[in-house]
Amino acid sequence: MKNIFAVAGVVIKELYRRKDFYVLFIITVVICGVMASINIFNDAHIVRYLKAISLLLIWISSLVIAITTTARQIPAERENRTLLPLLAKPLTRVELVLGKFLGCWLACGLTLVCFYVFFGLLAVSREHHWSAGGYFEAILLHWFLLGIITAMALLGSLVFAAPSSNSTICFVVVIGIMFAGRHLDQVAVTLSEPVRILVNALYYCLPHLEFYDVRDLVIHNWPPVAFQYVGLALLYAVFYMAVFLIGACLVFRRKPVN
Amino acid sequence: MTAPRPQILLLVALLVACFGLAARLGPQFQAWPGSRNTGDILNVVLGESRRLFAKSAFAEADKYYHAGYYPTMFDDNTAFQTAHMAADTGAVKSQNQGDEQGFLGQPRNWLDAFGRNFMPNRHTHLDEGGADDLGDSEDVREILPWMKLSADLDPDNVETYTVTAYWLRQRMHNVPEAEAVLHEGLRNCPESPELFFELGRLYFEYYHDRDRSRNVWEHGVRLWLKLDPQVRLGHQPIRDLVGDWVNRPTNLVPAQQANPLCMEQLCTHLSKLEEQADHLPQAIEWLAAAKKVAVQPGSIQQWMDTLNYKLGQELNPVLKPLF
Repeated sequence: MKNIFAVAGVVIKELYRRKDFYVLFIITVVICGVMASINIFNDAHIVRYLKAISLLLIWISSLVIAITTTARQIPAERENRTLLPLLAKPLTRVELVLGKFLGCWLACGLTLVCFYVFFGLLAVSREHHWSAGGYFEAILLHWFLLGIITAMALLGSLVFAAPSSNSTICFVVVIGIMFAGRHLDQVAVTLSEPVRILVNALYYCLPHLEFYDVRDLVIHNWPPVAFQYVGLALLYAVFYMAVFLIGACLVFRRKPVN
Repeated sequence: MTAPRPQILLLVALLVACFGLAARLGPQFQAWPGSRNTGDILNVVLGESRRLFAKSAFAEADKYYHAGYYPTMFDDNTAFQTAHMAADTGAVKSQNQGDEQGFLGQPRNWLDAFGRNFMPNRHTHLDEGGADDLGDSEDVREILPWMKLSADLDPDNVETYTVTAYWLRQRMHNVPEAEAVLHEGLRNCPESPELFFELGRLYFEYYHDRDRSRNVWEHGVRLWLKLDPQVRLGHQPIRDLVGDWVNRPTNLVPAQQANPLCMEQLCTHLSKLEEQADHLPQAIEWLAAAKKVAVQPGSIQQWMDTLNYKLGQELNPVLKPLF
């Protein structure tokens, strides 16, 4: 465990040395500030459009940070020729993969905390009430979603040749699942065999990332999701993280390090 | 002293040519009907495609009206053909048919059933309490940014102005802003009877100004009649025009068939106004016009019978000494 945390610590330090997070955070703040300054029929209490824009920017920023940070981890080590010396130390390949994953996931968590604190302040400044339970669930579900995506991008970084191609594929897959994942079974009904079976199989095998998108609940002040359903969703996320990480370890075991 | 290099001379010549060409083409480009230079930033960026985005903004406003409970392109949206926020104003005829409460249907499988816990899953309207059943009717303000965006993207869509003005005055009690929205609509669509109807309601219900509302509604009726190119308006008084129209056989042109509700509402409101002013014969005349386009002419006839009875009661003391 000590080795895993050591590798994770290096990844987190790398995140705050790089400028990605700061740039995305400032862009989010500036855009939200400009949108908040728009006068809509002289009504200062209109807030939901602002919450929607803010959450959309937070989602985009977090996806960019999670995918790009993870996708370059192992390829960068190989390119800089630091992978071999790293593995020469008492550090197994499995520990390296898990350390990289944990570092990226924790780094995503830290950025999420910053983003959601800003979001909470923005919402409270207009709404004058604070749905602590709803916001906590939103950040928790969002973080576990980023866990699945981080694990997927880590596996992709070992399968695909370049970080750029891995990032692009990850973005396409994530956006595709978010947009159509929930409806793949409905699409399958309209198709003929054997494509129908394939699409149906895809529906049940894909990680349903839309479970973790509770933006509409937060924006429109719906009551928080029942705790048992949140717990099940977190378990579902842990299962997919484990699947992708086992896949990454298996691929990395046979991968040449130089 | 060295001679200037030929490249510099060529560059200067090119700059002069560019300037001359720009000065020559500039005015022509400004005058070209396809130029985007005259509009705002949305017009410059999106051109005519902005009208497509205007529909999306209008649909987004309706989604906000439902606190996020709204069908996607994959769901059964027969109950959402007409935006509920527009239908609830009473100014638009609803074409919704399906089940608005449960457009999602029964859960298709365990993943679908589980996923429904993480999204809005109950039909609600913002003016009826919203998602937490605690919101007041003023929460409907949340649709306004999208309505404003929709109006900016498609200034020729009358429905956007009427719906915005209705919610502003009815729920937000922001009458000056509602009036401003309607005037902006009239600048862009000066021939719209719907906008005059909405403006008349505002004058009648909030400013209690009968004369202005009568003028505005009568102008609305004139514009609605004008939709039929065969009707010669001239300077004839509006009541004569309507009288002629009532006596003619019913033959509405497609533009009138598309919106008989507007004419019905204009006439019934004018009738109500005249009734309040104790002008019962005029009130009955307006009801006769409303009956011609009414969906339920029976109820209009009942109203007319009531007014005829009241008129008879009023005339009785005058006529009695004659017998």
